[in-house]
Amino acid sequence: MSKMNKLYFKTKSHIVKRDDITWWKAWIIRVIAVLLAMVVCGIVTVFLTDLNPIEMYITMAEGALGTTRLVWNLIQNTAILLCVSLAVTPAFKMKFWNIGAEGQVLIGGLATAACMIFLGEKLPTPLLMLVMVITSVVSGALWALVPAFFKTRFNSNETLFTLMMNYVAIQIVAYYTLEWSMPKGSGTPRTLEYGQLPVLFGQKYLINILIVLVLTIVAYIYLKYSKQGYEISVVGESENTARYIGINVKKVVLRTMAISGAVCGIAGFLLVAGTDHSLKSDTAGGRGFTAIMVSWLAKFNPIFMILTSLLIVFLQKGASKISEVYRLNSSFSDIITGIIIFFIIGSEFFINYKIKFNKKEENK
Amino acid sequence: MIATIIQRAVMQGTPLLFGSTGEILTEKSGHLNLGIPGIMYVGAISGVAGAFLYEQSLASPELLNPILAVLIPLLCSLVGSTLMGLIYCFLTVTLRANQNVTGLALTTFGIGVGNFFGGSLIKLVDSDVPSIALSATSNAFKTELPFAHSLGWFGEIFFSYGFLVYVAIIVAIIASFILNKTRIGLHLRAVGENPATADAAGINVTRYKYITTSIGSAIAGLGGLYYVMDYANGVWSNNGFGDRGWLSIALVIFSVWRPSLSILGSILFGFLYVIPTYIPNITVSDKKLFEMLPYVVTIIVLIITSMRNKKENQPPAALGLPYFREER
Repeated sequence: MSKMNKLYFKTKSHIVKRDDITWWKAWIIRVIAVLLAMVVCGIVTVFLTDLNPIEMYITMAEGALGTTRLVWNLIQNTAILLCVSLAVTPAFKMKFWNIGAEGQVLIGGLATAACMIFLGEKLPTPLLMLVMVITSVVSGALWALVPAFFKTRFNSNETLFTLMMNYVAIQIVAYYTLEWSMPKGSGTPRTLEYGQLPVLFGQKYLINILIVLVLTIVAYIYLKYSKQGYEISVVGESENTARYIGINVKKVVLRTMAISGAVCGIAGFLLVAGTDHSLKSDTAGGRGFTAIMVSWLAKFNPIFMILTSLLIVFLQKGASKISEVYRLNSSFSDIITGIIIFFIIGSEFFINYKIKFNKKEENK
Repeated sequence: MIATIIQRAVMQGTPLLFGSTGEILTEKSGHLNLGIPGIMYVGAISGVAGAFLYEQSLASPELLNPILAVLIPLLCSLVGSTLMGLIYCFLTVTLRANQNVTGLALTTFGIGVGNFFGGSLIKLVDSDVPSIALSATSNAFKTELPFAHSLGWFGEIFFSYGFLVYVAIIVAIIASFILNKTRIGLHLRAVGENPATADAAGINVTRYKYITTSIGSAIAGLGGLYYVMDYANGVWSNNGFGDRGWLSIALVIFSVWRPSLSILGSILFGFLYVIPTYIPNITVSDKKLFEMLPYVVTIIVLIITSMRNKKENQPPAALGLPYFREER
């Protein structure tokens, strides 16, 4: 007894869960975290490049926003990252750790590319577009359903399963990239001429951006106001509660993963038909993983995700400008992204918990 | 020919063995560390940086002291990857952050650090060498046993490797022993299976998580060091390490969380890696399909273990779940 007491009183502080935090306090903590992260990034950059930190951030801004073309590039990249983030969000809300978005995007892109190659000349453009969308959505959904099926049936670990599926998809796409390359086997990916998304108002990427904007609004409404969105939150909070109130958990898991994969398929479709007009094994470019961080940082809120994906794309573009100007390796942007994410992840602790210092009198 | 294939399979498998042993230890404490690929990059580049600075500080390569040439990179690598492990621990254990998100961020960061310093190290230290080629250091790492080549195929298969290959196997055996035969291992498994119970039994959960994750990261980092110093002959190439980090995580599942099994598993994975080169008339694209095999095999193992549902072949029950004492 006395030993227990001693152990308890020895601690100088203890951690208490906050009941609720006003939204502005939470945002102040997040802003402080980002500022701190920027200071650390500044120190790292100065240490490596002998720039002064203010100059560094100006260079970054130039790299991301310097010209109209760069701005469009920034928005387009944000849109694609946002699209993948929207895709993984329903699954995460359900606490189904789908880290297979990379693969699902690639499979969607593969389906799109296959349509563009084999049906491109045969079908009229509107019909071709329709077929492309449908195949990419369906194949993305099917690819995502495989781990979901085994999860619901045999309770296999979905994190590991979806992770492995990524690399299967990457190799399949690498195979077809080589098979379809022109000339065959050369490795230069074929430019897909038929079925490219139309250029709206002279802006190549506008249609991508509009599609993702619509998806964002739909996702917001779906998650927040629909019955299915509600079911997802209940399953995520507690499977037992969900079962108790009569939700068919297996059905919800399968349906949500299908949706997740389908939206990834759309992202693949946009990347192949709208952005790149070609297919490579790095078409998804790690977005499947970055999206997880985007979604999580935005607390699964599609509207906040616009901000978080913009932040990450901005950092990546800005940092690659710095590495270009100072002829450093382009991976510099990954370091900056990593540091910022560490800080934001860390700041969540201070939003959810507070540290209470035990007063001295209590000890006696 | 068969001896050569086995030899190459072992060499391919060694980085995976280091990675998976490290990840198994980490996962046994209930932490799914998806930062392993990043940690392995950092382990590799820290060793490279150490060796590079050491070689640069010498007037001529002949002055290289083989013992220092091994010790400096080894130490740098261990420090680098342990630091990465500590970042992960601090965020997930102390700050209670989500493990998957933290791990993926760590991988982004680690691969970034590896490629950045790999590509910019020369410029950063104002050196005039054209590329990072640490052949002297690499030779020290690759020193084989003196009688390796006098024993024919037997020596080729068993003795023709640099010392890190044996370290990998010994570490895996020690890890297996500690996990299954010692009190520390029992406590560790308790932490991974049910941290609340372990806590109630008086086990310091936080300490166990910190220590095993750090040690696990250090071990995984050695895989990166082995790859660059021994396998790649001391030549750093960006992204040269490839997806071996993820393969290590696959190997963890394949060997159903047993370091002893992952010794064999790593050789099998290495075998799958090298076999396409020995198939006559194989096209480049078919090679890509072969590279898919380890992952497909892993998925099949994952499915079978979950179907058979045997208790001893399951992931640690609390894998990926956060543990907060106050929220039980």
